[in-house]
Amino acid sequence: MAPNISPLIIFIASIFTSNMILNNFLGMCSYLSVSTEYKTATGLGMAVTLVLVLTTAINWLVYTFIIVPPELYYLQYIIFIMVIAALVQILEMGMDRYMPDLHAKLGIFLPLITVNCAILGVTLFMVIRHYNFIQSVLFSLGSGLGWWLAINMLAAIREKLASAKLPPGVKGPALSFIITGIMAMAFIGFSGIFTIQ
Amino acid sequence: MDFSTILKTVGILAAVSAGLSVIISIAESVLNNYGECELDVNNGKRLLKVKGGSSLLSLLASEKIFIPSACGGKATCGLCKVAVLDGGGPLLLTEEPYISQEERAQHMRLSCQVKVKGNMKLLIPEDLFNIREFVCELVEMEDMTYDIKRLRMKLPPGQTIEFKAGQFVQFYSKPYGKVKEEAFRAYSISSKASEKDHIELLIRLVPNGIVTNYVHTALNVGDAVKMSGPYGDFYLRGNCEELIMIAGGSGLAPIRSLVYDVIEKGLPHRMRFFFGANTLRDLYYMDEFRQIEKDYPQFTFIPCLAFPKPEDNWDGVSGFVTVALQEQVDSAQGKEAYLCGSPGMLDACIKILHDKGFDDQAIFFDKF
Repeated sequence: MAPNISPLIIFIASIFTSNMILNNFLGMCSYLSVSTEYKTATGLGMAVTLVLVLTTAINWLVYTFIIVPPELYYLQYIIFIMVIAALVQILEMGMDRYMPDLHAKLGIFLPLITVNCAILGVTLFMVIRHYNFIQSVLFSLGSGLGWWLAINMLAAIREKLASAKLPPGVKGPALSFIITGIMAMAFIGFSGIFTIQ
Repeated sequence: MDFSTILKTVGILAAVSAGLSVIISIAESVLNNYGECELDVNNGKRLLKVKGGSSLLSLLASEKIFIPSACGGKATCGLCKVAVLDGGGPLLLTEEPYISQEERAQHMRLSCQVKVKGNMKLLIPEDLFNIREFVCELVEMEDMTYDIKRLRMKLPPGQTIEFKAGQFVQFYSKPYGKVKEEAFRAYSISSKASEKDHIELLIRLVPNGIVTNYVHTALNVGDAVKMSGPYGDFYLRGNCEELIMIAGGSGLAPIRSLVYDVIEKGLPHRMRFFFGANTLRDLYYMDEFRQIEKDYPQFTFIPCLAFPKPEDNWDGVSGFVTVALQEQVDSAQGKEAYLCGSPGMLDACIKILHDKGFDDQAIFFDKF
């Protein structure tokens, strides 16, 4: 494994060459269901990014100081999931209180994030790849921004397509998958820059 | 695996979940504690002190102000609208589909989605303060046809109900036979709005209907029955010269109340009442409406039989109520339409009214 990669490279790579959606196909459910409108997609992208950074940072600490010393590696999934759920819950309450405007925008999406596989995915990648704290935080920030970028692109295209004449057979989810596939192929173009996996 | 490993696993997991639980509990008590909030209803008419942190709908209900809600606070029915002038925060995504541009300008919100976080100023229609629960005594029960019963209930001594002719009540059934739970359904009031100490309902037996079967099989004169109301926006607007009234089956109930309302108030509106039924045995209140027709020339009664039998000797309109409507109503000029009946009949009639030039602002209906 490569713990010596510069955090900056991890950051850039996780947006472009190892994009959570277009390269790893993680977090697809909310990506497909909340991408009909650009505005709400932006809200969800923001929320996912925020939760990713916070959960990854906390999960790194939990992993390093609670799971590693007693060598209870088989407990990592259940503990990671509990931490994610608890954090989303607290974040929602805090946002409702101190940032009501933002909460009003994100309110219904925050609970959805609890079960977004991109969140658990990033935490597990961080463990597998033996990232240190700084690497983990920048990896999660990049992954979040990459997820945000992908959902915004899909939402923008779907908004345009809403008024387009389409063959009836491809309307709806089918077309979303085709668009995602084409975007994923386009992102392969970035893979020459550098890779982190 | 030895015992100590199990112990360690359980210990760590318990400690982590206990830690998280403690953190969430603390966060909840700190972050979700909005203290005592004051709700100013209708410009200071009522001041309510409530504990913040819950939805406006539930806090108002705890103060005995019942906002109509069919979905129970899931933002799917869009009924629980109230105007929040101050302290409601921005419109939520969950509310957007239910609040029109016009309503946005009036600061309408779904009360089930608005969380009370501080002092608020609200406007609630005065009608909603009238909604109350009554435990009445069933004093009369009569078969109007083979499947429609007329129920007459007396309100408890000293209590009265203020309703607009055309509105409905929720009628509660008690557990009976195989039905183990209380249930409620909406029924239009058929009695006069001026008679404030009694309520009459017309209840048609619906096959397998929990409440209608309760009424038709288990209920007896002298029993106590629970109701709440009045509800609904099916009542007289009267910005016209003539009222076109259309009903089928037990849909006659609110129309009867409306007709008496116009007559008792001495309003000048002409009224034509198209009453649709299948055969002669489905018609009721015939003598009463014929008598009104005699006493008040402003009222015309047009019963229509869709399938009159030879032995019925029917000399009135034969055919669906839509046929009579098509032939006898010439234009929408100076008219408002009031409809109550089954969805199929109503949709067909509304289509004809649209063709005649009625716009939606002049058509009022109550579907069941």
